[in-house]
Amino acid sequence: MKSAIIVFPGTNRERDMALALEQSSGVEPTLVWYTDSELPKVDLIVVPGGFAYGDYLRAGAMASRAPAMRAVVERAENGTAVLGVCNGFQVLTEIGLLPGALMRNAALKFICRNLDLRVETTDTVFTSGYAKGQCLSIPVAHNDGNYYADDATLDRLEGEDRVAFRYVDIEGRTTDVGNPNGSARSIAGVLSENRRVLGFMPHPENATDPALGGVDGKPLFSALVEALS
Amino acid sequence: MTIANATISLEQATEHGLSEEEYANILEILDREPSLTELGIFSSMWSEHCSYKSSKKWLKTLPTEGPQVIQGPGENAGVVDIGDGQAVVFKIESHNHPSFIEPYQGAATGVGGILRDVFTMGARPIANLNALRFGDPAHPKTRHLVSGVVAGIGGYGNCIGVPTVAGEVNFHAAYNGNILVNAMTVGLAPADRIFYSAAAGAGNPVIYVGAKTGRDGIHGATMASAEFNEDAEEKRPTVQVGDPFTEKLLLEACLELMAEDAIIAIQDMGAAGLTSSSVEMAGKGGLGMELDLDAVPVREEAMTAYEIMLSESQERMLMVLKPEAEAKARAIFERWGLDFAIIGRLTTTGRLVINKEGATQADIPIDPMVDQSPEYDRPWEAAPLPAVVDAASVPAPTSLSEALATLMASPDLASRRWIWEQYDHLIMNDTIVRPGGDAAVVRVRDTEKALAMTVDCTPRYCLAHPETGGAQAVVEAWRNLTATGATPLALTNNMNFGNPERPRIMGQFVGCIAGMRAAAAHLDFPVVSGNVSLYNETDGEAILPTPVIGGVGVLTDVSKHATLALKAAGEAIILIGETVGWLGQSLYLREIEGREEGAPPPIDLDTEKANGAFVRGLIQGGKISASHDLSDGGLAVAVAEMALASRGLGAILDIPGDIPGNKPPHAFLFGEDQARYVVTAGDGEAILSEARDAGVPARVIGRTSDDGLLTLLGSDAISLDMLRSGHEGWLPDYMRGA
Repeated sequence: MKSAIIVFPGTNRERDMALALEQSSGVEPTLVWYTDSELPKVDLIVVPGGFAYGDYLRAGAMASRAPAMRAVVERAENGTAVLGVCNGFQVLTEIGLLPGALMRNAALKFICRNLDLRVETTDTVFTSGYAKGQCLSIPVAHNDGNYYADDATLDRLEGEDRVAFRYVDIEGRTTDVGNPNGSARSIAGVLSENRRVLGFMPHPENATDPALGGVDGKPLFSALVEALS
Repeated sequence: MTIANATISLEQATEHGLSEEEYANILEILDREPSLTELGIFSSMWSEHCSYKSSKKWLKTLPTEGPQVIQGPGENAGVVDIGDGQAVVFKIESHNHPSFIEPYQGAATGVGGILRDVFTMGARPIANLNALRFGDPAHPKTRHLVSGVVAGIGGYGNCIGVPTVAGEVNFHAAYNGNILVNAMTVGLAPADRIFYSAAAGAGNPVIYVGAKTGRDGIHGATMASAEFNEDAEEKRPTVQVGDPFTEKLLLEACLELMAEDAIIAIQDMGAAGLTSSSVEMAGKGGLGMELDLDAVPVREEAMTAYEIMLSESQERMLMVLKPEAEAKARAIFERWGLDFAIIGRLTTTGRLVINKEGATQADIPIDPMVDQSPEYDRPWEAAPLPAVVDAASVPAPTSLSEALATLMASPDLASRRWIWEQYDHLIMNDTIVRPGGDAAVVRVRDTEKALAMTVDCTPRYCLAHPETGGAQAVVEAWRNLTATGATPLALTNNMNFGNPERPRIMGQFVGCIAGMRAAAAHLDFPVVSGNVSLYNETDGEAILPTPVIGGVGVLTDVSKHATLALKAAGEAIILIGETVGWLGQSLYLREIEGREEGAPPPIDLDTEKANGAFVRGLIQGGKISASHDLSDGGLAVAVAEMALASRGLGAILDIPGDIPGNKPPHAFLFGEDQARYVVTAGDGEAILSEARDAGVPARVIGRTSDDGLLTLLGSDAISLDMLRSGHEGWLPDYMRGA
């Protein structure tokens, strides 16, 4: 699987993502600078975490106007798989590849810790390595992870099986305790209509090594390698 | 020679914080009256913050050498060899005064400043730590300060993408008017590619990179060199404003340029901004420097030479490049969207010449300004050793387990989770041991190695007896590294004290240095960098003496590290080290009896070394399952922390009947005797036998259980859920709604 990671000024988790991709695919990803309007031929494009443009104006807002992102939209429309993690998820909603928006966390504080997640659909290239309903522990690290969309949009996402992951409590239930950033309907990850674009708030790239306390992110990468190689 | 505005009065000089004698010295060096710009330059360079005039005499006595040391104090950060051609680069620095005035920006720019110190030397920062002191939780300002400082540290570190992995927090009324924010950064660099600040090559251009210069932070260094009074709030304009996004760009641009053969010298603009960086670079290189301030990128109109030279705007660097590398360097910085301006050149005159709008604004001989900077041997009084508190005279609590619950939920021992969950401690994918243990462990990518790191100080010990307290801070940092299995390498110190012009405060400084000197020398744990923050006083009330130690150690095989969490039920709990039940200055005495008194626990450096080496050997040999250093709160608190960190395991302690000196059980459980660790192992007898061979005191004091209880004595047990709710609950409850 060949992959490219888009790097904006202020992106800071591109190394973590590159490591996870290289470990699972055996191929070093290409880092693409935000001013490049041409993308290499790849099977997967990742918009990684960080603080593109310092999150100034609004998280993801300025990055979504970068030349590289126009190329990403084009590829996405042609069916290339696109994964947006954390700040990348924010960029993908800003540019309209995914519905909704990510607002400031409900408690107005940055949250960095492992959260419990539930896999809501396995019918995607990103989640086919999990079982439906499987619970995962994956870290989050964000200020603005509070997913918002209007009720009609949320109903549609649910109706079309486009909610990929939800935040849950330790018992696997969607509760306020299990949803510390306050996301609408506890949504942690959403899919595009063609199911080839995933926006995901937690950091699967930080859950791929047993020495670092967990490997629940690994099946996401191995599933991608299997589906896209 | 004509100098603009050369009409300075003694009164203006004293307003700049200079003494009459210091001003006379300036007149002699210049052989004329200074211009306002020159006065500003001298006053900054000779401020306590930049010149270390009260502390230099004593700092020189610290051990700074060792086979592992590549660079000791005197550069932007210390550099220590970790093998395989790699070096760890680290330093701690205070941002106390600004953080009290404006907690978010004060703390944020503290983090930004120390990060720059480390990447200026060619290292990629891999971890941040911080040591924080706040006032009494009941003081009306404390919550606001905690909230702002934590948000500021997180705001900067999270954005730039360096994990914040460890820290410590104390609360005490002595910090009501002067909080302490000490930030430490640890970086990694190739050992043969360290960058220094000494300029070379007369005629070479001097280059300014990074953010533009504004009017923020003018006189920050001078502000940080004076006591506060009721007007502290008016000093807000002297606080700098941070922009972590720009610093991230500066970091990446600098590291990219450093990979090329381009840089001769580089220095960040920290305290006293362009003034101290230009003096530092030219002075160390034995050269002069001529600067054209019209070429400095500014973000405000009509800035004067005085303002440009003294601005502490953040995220700026000064560099001297190889002439042929200029185009390549410019391209890198412009690609990252940063300013890149040639603002002057090196000369052979040995003078700092500042030009603006066609006029010379300053013309100062650099060596005399640096060499004749004031150095004081301030009068000091030694603090007498207080009487030892007889443990038998300290009443027993009604219930040992209730006393433990009270301690675990007290401000100084309660969980800091509310703080570190606001810091990204996982980014970079190398955090092996997360916050909450003795020391953080961060993996060195592409090797088997890891670095352990910690910050420590027990200010109440330092107040009671500075020499003991200074030594204790060093040994505790050393023990915390040891408890992970690491071999301690070197330390950085942050000396936070009150007004050194008072002999009692100066005596605290001298005493703490003496203790640190003895401990650092004995443990082969040299000082490689540091920072001094004096005048932490408000209306004559000084902080507790707080010499914070930042320690770094190396694990050659990261798979052989230990953590404090209990691992399995039915294992032996083993106490390493001698317990006599020392209650003087203990948290038990303060929190349960309301007494802050007595001599602090004595330090025996030979015992520390022997016990530490023994524990390190057990960990590296894979012979124990958990390990924890004993400190605040003693044995019972340590075991409770080990149980709370586990997945639902408990412990049953058997207090021996033969406590030395017939001390009561509460002295055994809560005494703060030094040189101790708790470890667990399946086969306790095997560990005891090894300890006997090593001549190290050890005894089995209980076993782990799976009943969710911590049993202290006979039937006196407490549920871990109850302990946890108090321990985890205090800080979030306290901060609710802040």
